[in-house]
Amino acid sequence: MTNSQEVVSPQHVKDEWFRPLPKEQGKAEAVVRPSLSYWKDAWRRLRKNKLAMGGLIFLILLMLFAIFGPIFSPYSVTATDYPSQNQPPSATHWFGTDEAGRDVFTRTWYGARISIFVGVMAALIDFFIGIIYGGISGYKGGRTDSIMMRIVEVLYGLPHLLVVILLMVIMGASLTTIIVALTVTGWVGMARIVRGQVLQIKNYEFVTASKSFGAKSSRIIRKNLLPNTMGPIIVQMTLTVPSAIFAEAFLSFLGLGIAAPFASWGVMANDALPVILSGHWWRLFFPALFISLTMFAFNVLGDGLQDALDPKLRR
Amino acid sequence: MGKYIVKRFIMMIATILIIATLTFVLMHLIPGSPFEGERTTNPTIQANLEKFYKLDEPLHVQYLSYLKSIVTFDFGPSIKKPNESVNELLARGFPISFELGMLTILVALLSGIILGTIAALRHNGLVDYFAMTFAVIGISVPNFVLATLLIQQLAVTWDLLPAATWSSPLHMILPIIALATGPTAIIARLTRSSMLEVLTQDYIKMARAKGLSPVRIIVRHALRNALMPVVTILGTMLAGILTGTFVIERIFAIPGMGKYFVESINNRDYPVIMGTTVFYSSFLVFMLFIVDIVYGLLDPRIKLHRKEGDA
Repeated sequence: MTNSQEVVSPQHVKDEWFRPLPKEQGKAEAVVRPSLSYWKDAWRRLRKNKLAMGGLIFLILLMLFAIFGPIFSPYSVTATDYPSQNQPPSATHWFGTDEAGRDVFTRTWYGARISIFVGVMAALIDFFIGIIYGGISGYKGGRTDSIMMRIVEVLYGLPHLLVVILLMVIMGASLTTIIVALTVTGWVGMARIVRGQVLQIKNYEFVTASKSFGAKSSRIIRKNLLPNTMGPIIVQMTLTVPSAIFAEAFLSFLGLGIAAPFASWGVMANDALPVILSGHWWRLFFPALFISLTMFAFNVLGDGLQDALDPKLRR
Repeated sequence: MGKYIVKRFIMMIATILIIATLTFVLMHLIPGSPFEGERTTNPTIQANLEKFYKLDEPLHVQYLSYLKSIVTFDFGPSIKKPNESVNELLARGFPISFELGMLTILVALLSGIILGTIAALRHNGLVDYFAMTFAVIGISVPNFVLATLLIQQLAVTWDLLPAATWSSPLHMILPIIALATGPTAIIARLTRSSMLEVLTQDYIKMARAKGLSPVRIIVRHALRNALMPVVTILGTMLAGILTGTFVIERIFAIPGMGKYFVESINNRDYPVIMGTTVFYSSFLVFMLFIVDIVYGLLDPRIKLHRKEGDA
């Protein structure tokens, strides 16, 4: 820049050099790139993550099959058909049959319903309790916060599955009790995350601005704090679902799951255990495959969402 | 440090007390007597049974004697196996479960840290790719599925290893693999990501500039800092492994505590369920306590105490 500068003698200085340029109204302020909302941006980044998208597509397909699979199947989930018991996979029974002649294909989709239902319900209930508890604790701060967090700390120290087992023993095994037992211990993690986020965000300027306009606490929590904590919360939810599915399978495997003749993946795997050595591999293979694939899909989707929803990773 | 330990200790006692109370309340919420539905419905026998198990006393007396039994570590007799006490079951089963759990966590720590470190050093390389694929699969496959697959392939089809029981080191291989794969995967992922972060730090550059050998840099400087997240999750991981032993012991017919616990669940043998839950919970809470203290000792940046003159 300095090299190209030439010395200009005063008499060569022209007046027009000092005239203001005509104002181009609005143009300087115009945003050239299309503005992306937080969610659009997150979706754009998630779409680039092939593994996470694979997980998402698998989960959508799984849900469609879970809803429509049992409807279109000619076999019933519960009805027994002893003449065709323990058949290997074939054209008539795609995934084979179990010891009571029930079609494993139909039961697998029925099991998918149960597993997804348990996972999603557990995540949703955790979400509501966690948001309310963590939101209040983080927003109020001070004494309220320290008392509420002491309670959470103690609950967090409890061995999760032992409490769930205890509750299941007492309430009796059923779908409702599984969900209740899982959420009684599960909401604590969500509450901790929400509180941490709220603590961080409530000191930002836009919250102060909102307060100075006279917004009530409830409005600030709803409109300012919660939308900005959504990223980590959604990630936590996608990771709650697979752990709930695993817990359900684990409990069913211990004999605390839903009762026969209904099916969940854990129950099917448990029923298959005694016959696995007699070569009826399909009994275990299909439920195990779908438990693993579903947990895999939720895990990679959660990882992908974690990257996509983190504004710091924005490029 | 002392103050912190005392604070954590009080928290630990509070947690154990809550678990004990919760267990007591839940057990007494069950309608009816534990002896109903059995053949001995003779009222005199039932009354005698209730007297023997101290179920005829008022609730608060029962609660106090229950707390006393926890402090004195005497959980009383089993209901379904009257000539055996819960203590005897624990003494017989727990050492085996403990061995399985400890060996598992040892294997998981060693292989997870090595795998994670190599993956971080070969970031985006072939090893990294394989290690992370293994890690995601390890997290997704439930241990009971893995255990059955291992038995079917390695023990039955190929006849390489014994399929069940806990009688020799050879018998221990399959259960430990089945139980350790999940934790290994988690540790490998954690080690890798924190190792990647640590390797970009200035003090690693500094160590390289000083001409330290790569091995020394990794082991002394990088790993020591990269392992802090691993220590943090060790407590919760231990809880997962211990509950995992329930399932693994059942599949491999290992006579550990898990076997008795699952049996007691299926038999609704309340004293055993209560005793085991309280014992396991206390054990886990105690381990969490230890992990927290160790964490404070390991990390030079965390000052649990403030000596005079310290910054």
